[in-house]
Amino acid sequence: MAKFKGAVVVNTERCKGCDLCVVACPYDVLALSKDANSKGLNFSYMSTPDNCIGCMACATVCPDACITVYKVRNDL
Amino acid sequence: MNIADIINPANLVYEKTKVMNDTPMHYCPGCSHGVVHKIVGEIIEEMGIQDKTIGVAPVGCAVFAYKYLDIDWQQAAHGRAPAVATGIKRLLPDRYVFTYQGDGDLAAIGTAETIHACNRGENIAIIFINNGIYGMTGGQMAPTTLKGMKSSTSPNGREIPLAGHPLNITELLAKLDGTCYVTRQAVHTVAAVKKCKRAIQKALENSMENKGTSIVEVVSTCSSGWKMTPADSNDWMVENMFPVYPMGDLKNI
Amino acid sequence: MNKANQNNEEVRLMKGNEAIAHAAIRCGCDGYFGYPITPQSEIMETLMELEPWNTTGMVVLQAESETASINMVYGAAGCGKKAMTSSSSPGVSLMQEGISYMAGSELPCVIVNVMRGGPGLGTIQPSQADYFQTVKGGGHGDYKMITLAPASVQEMADHTVLAFDLAFKYRTPAMVLADGIIGQMMEKVVLPPFTPRWTEEEIRKISPWSTLGKRPQDKPNVITSLALQAEEMEEINMRLQARYREIEKTEVLYEEINCEDADYIIVAFGTTARVCQKTMEIARAEGLKVGLIRPITLYPFPKDILKHYAAKVKGMLTVEMNAGQMVEDVRLSTCGKIPVEFYGRMGGIVPSPDEVLNALKSKLIEI
Repeated sequence: MAKFKGAVVVNTERCKGCDLCVVACPYDVLALSKDANSKGLNFSYMSTPDNCIGCMACATVCPDACITVYKVRNDL
Repeated sequence: MNIADIINPANLVYEKTKVMNDTPMHYCPGCSHGVVHKIVGEIIEEMGIQDKTIGVAPVGCAVFAYKYLDIDWQQAAHGRAPAVATGIKRLLPDRYVFTYQGDGDLAAIGTAETIHACNRGENIAIIFINNGIYGMTGGQMAPTTLKGMKSSTSPNGREIPLAGHPLNITELLAKLDGTCYVTRQAVHTVAAVKKCKRAIQKALENSMENKGTSIVEVVSTCSSGWKMTPADSNDWMVENMFPVYPMGDLKNI
Repeated sequence: MNKANQNNEEVRLMKGNEAIAHAAIRCGCDGYFGYPITPQSEIMETLMELEPWNTTGMVVLQAESETASINMVYGAAGCGKKAMTSSSSPGVSLMQEGISYMAGSELPCVIVNVMRGGPGLGTIQPSQADYFQTVKGGGHGDYKMITLAPASVQEMADHTVLAFDLAFKYRTPAMVLADGIIGQMMEKVVLPPFTPRWTEEEIRKISPWSTLGKRPQDKPNVITSLALQAEEMEEINMRLQARYREIEKTEVLYEEINCEDADYIIVAFGTTARVCQKTMEIARAEGLKVGLIRPITLYPFPKDILKHYAAKVKGMLTVEMNAGQMVEDVRLSTCGKIPVEFYGRMGGIVPSPDEVLNALKSKLIEI
């Protein structure tokens, strides 16, 4: 079991669906949604949230600063 | 523990820097500009220099940089950012002054201003986005366009006899006595973003130490101009741009 | 320089170019950025000799080109600083981009053009052939530039100070448009008293738009001339035009000599006005009632006084060291009510008083 448990919140209106966070995520947490935002862009979302360890890789590479990351120790 | 419990201000580890406002950026999906803007904002916030920083925006895709980072900005004529920054820094020597320029701005129309600002050793930081193309005007050939690379004004690929060689201006700037720190970075991976952030921070710090000019070239992608997905653009950049514009410090005094 | 007298007005004998340098330091200029070109290089040379960075703190920097100079001025002016540059005709052509940007970004600055003969590399002799470039907008877009035309070394000093005042009053570039004669000749000049450079607190009050660094309580200040929405750009243009109308209403300056009883009026500026003053004296000695109007501001142009005399005199002669540029504005101002003739020399030739008198007679009187 991973030491940390994480979760991300994507600002779906700000997200342009560039897919870079999906590629950067080492645990395949993220995917592009079938739904689109008001600009018609398929935003990123946590498709397998259980895998997230809050490593911030997605937020670090996100060109639009639309990902907020939360993280807790798993043993707590 | 379910997601709703994790998403709690007490557990926050990363959010958009407060120096970056909520205005949606006009850049295409996946554009490197956004990442560099973001890390510039983070550095300014972490260094606590929002009230002491003046940015100079170029002409090119980053012309609207001033809309996204809440600092004082001046938008320069095409290529003239280093001259504008010179005017600012000479009269406000205790401010952090940086230019943010693309390859067309810095290495074509502004070559003279770039070289002479660096040669005078202006105490400014130059952030140089090199994606080998004119993005704003629709993907024309840039001074840094690779040999054989296609663009709207080199539809069959850049031909050296016709268009000359890709200009490795960063190497040129490293040779000038006025520069103290010249480095080439990228923002395509987590590690690269972190390294690039440290480089830009160092460039800003140098500007207060009277050491001369610092240049951080960020080898970047232009997925719209290159006509690839952002992820494929990153791969293409690593394969094709990095051999011509290799990563790492060219000068660090 | 006699440092003991630096704080007061001072009577000196010097070149017009030197007077500009002294006046700039004395009026609290913060920065000069320039590139050498004849016949105005003494401006930067004098500044470098005087080393104002050791006294007032004024920055003086030799740039790599006129293009860089005007953009350094842009950067400095964007910080609310009193910044200036100087050049001569070919160099001022290179500055047009920057001047247009400054007009569009509403930045105050002073540009000195000590004109030489053109077009192209031309000659280093005096000329007035940049009138159109200056007052009609040498760069792109709808803008106007306050233009002062000194006719003496004294006015070189006075206009430098005045140009800064007007530039800041209207947030617009202002030009001192001299020629090689005024730049090079030596005359007595009373230099202005020393005024301290503005502090940053003063700048924040005088120019709240300046980029001095965004304090927590401020919104970011952005210096730009870019507005992609057509409606927004038109609004900016309308604001600029309203300011130009105000300038035209308020800031016109001219000198009028012997016009009250005149049958004929000569209109000339700068060096040519000095020549024409002599012409007027010779004509008066011959019994010809000749007056002189010397526009001091070329923009705003003294239309009203010309219109006023158009109703009273038989004709006007415009004399310039060019192929006939200001004459168009004289004709527009007089609305075709009287004949407005032109006499000019080009390529760096200064007309003599006699040849102007001959022109006056042949074109207006003996016809």
